[in-house]
Amino acid sequence: MCGAKQGGLDLKGVDVDKEAVIQGQVLRGEEPVGGAYVRLLDSTGEFTAEVPTSATGHFRFFAAPGSWTLRTLAPKADPVDRQVVAQYGEVAEVAVTV
Amino acid sequence: MSRESALVSADWVEEHKNDAGVVLIEVDEDVSAYDAGHIAGAIKIDWQDDLQDPVRRDFVSKEQFEALLSDRGVKNDDTVVLYGGNNNWFAAYAYWYFKLYGHGDVRLLDGGRKRWELDSRELTDEVVKREATEYSAQPQNLEIRAFRDEVKDAIGVKNLVDVRSPDEYAGRLLAPAHLPQEQAQRAGHIPTAASIPWSKAANDDGTFRADDELKTLYADAGVDFGKDTIAYCRIGERSAHTWFVLHEILGQANVKNYDGSWTEWGSLVGVPVALGDEPGKA
Repeated sequence: MCGAKQGGLDLKGVDVDKEAVIQGQVLRGEEPVGGAYVRLLDSTGEFTAEVPTSATGHFRFFAAPGSWTLRTLAPKADPVDRQVVAQYGEVAEVAVTV
Repeated sequence: MSRESALVSADWVEEHKNDAGVVLIEVDEDVSAYDAGHIAGAIKIDWQDDLQDPVRRDFVSKEQFEALLSDRGVKNDDTVVLYGGNNNWFAAYAYWYFKLYGHGDVRLLDGGRKRWELDSRELTDEVVKREATEYSAQPQNLEIRAFRDEVKDAIGVKNLVDVRSPDEYAGRLLAPAHLPQEQAQRAGHIPTAASIPWSKAANDDGTFRADDELKTLYADAGVDFGKDTIAYCRIGERSAHTWFVLHEILGQANVKNYDGSWTEWGSLVGVPVALGDEPGKA
């Protein structure tokens, strides 16, 4: 899930040394899903943040270092949970398929 | 107030959105969301440009609010139906703001923009222009707005409810995780505040939980319904959501939103701050 630069969001202006970035793309098959909702849940399962995906299906969070769950809600699909670890100095890239 | 008088469903909006006397208003954190698509007939209010004083950190004056609503074509006796993204955070903030300036009939669309989109209901980019009106606001109702000195006096006396995420409460994050974290203020929470994240009051799809679940949620977290309550978050929008739950859905009296919230408290000299997951002592 890490290091998948291709097609990833541009990190211009983001200080990745100070931010534990989690980002990625929501896909249905090969197609990006815009207007899906990605929720960031902490290690206890509690809600921390949520973003709608862009037209290209992309999303980004500025988390704290640690273990997180991404819960994706999209129209006409069941919610999908993905585990991810965030840390300073590294961008966690996650592709979510609904 | 009650769930029935404060909330409307998506079906209700489909049925009544073209009624004379019903005004749909979208309010988002991401102010470009409306332009990309909104519910047919809805106008937009920008929570920052329209509702904040451009110089001082405070709200627009009564006169400026009157000018805003007159320009947007809202009448005093209109039923204003608010909705937005972020699980209605900013729509709830606008709801509280409309109540602050004394608007009579305000409703929130349950689930907001998210439930609407997840249901694949229609959105349009059609520009909406309503005929100008002459709106007249009331002086601010300070029974629902708390300022910092009152919050300081409330430590150990009233219910303080911190509605941010557990990591923000404990001081591990300074802002919701969809925003960059670098800030001037100190991290933590107001001592004695209970941590009851706004999200516990909502389902995953953004709709509000049932009344009995909501009552249990706050009671179990230590809110004494016999006391006055002040809710806060980072800038007052998520706590407007909790104010809505306590004051409008559950009908609790004496609930205030502290809109200065953490961006004010965490920058103040001479006030106590607690770190970690426990409320801390007065």
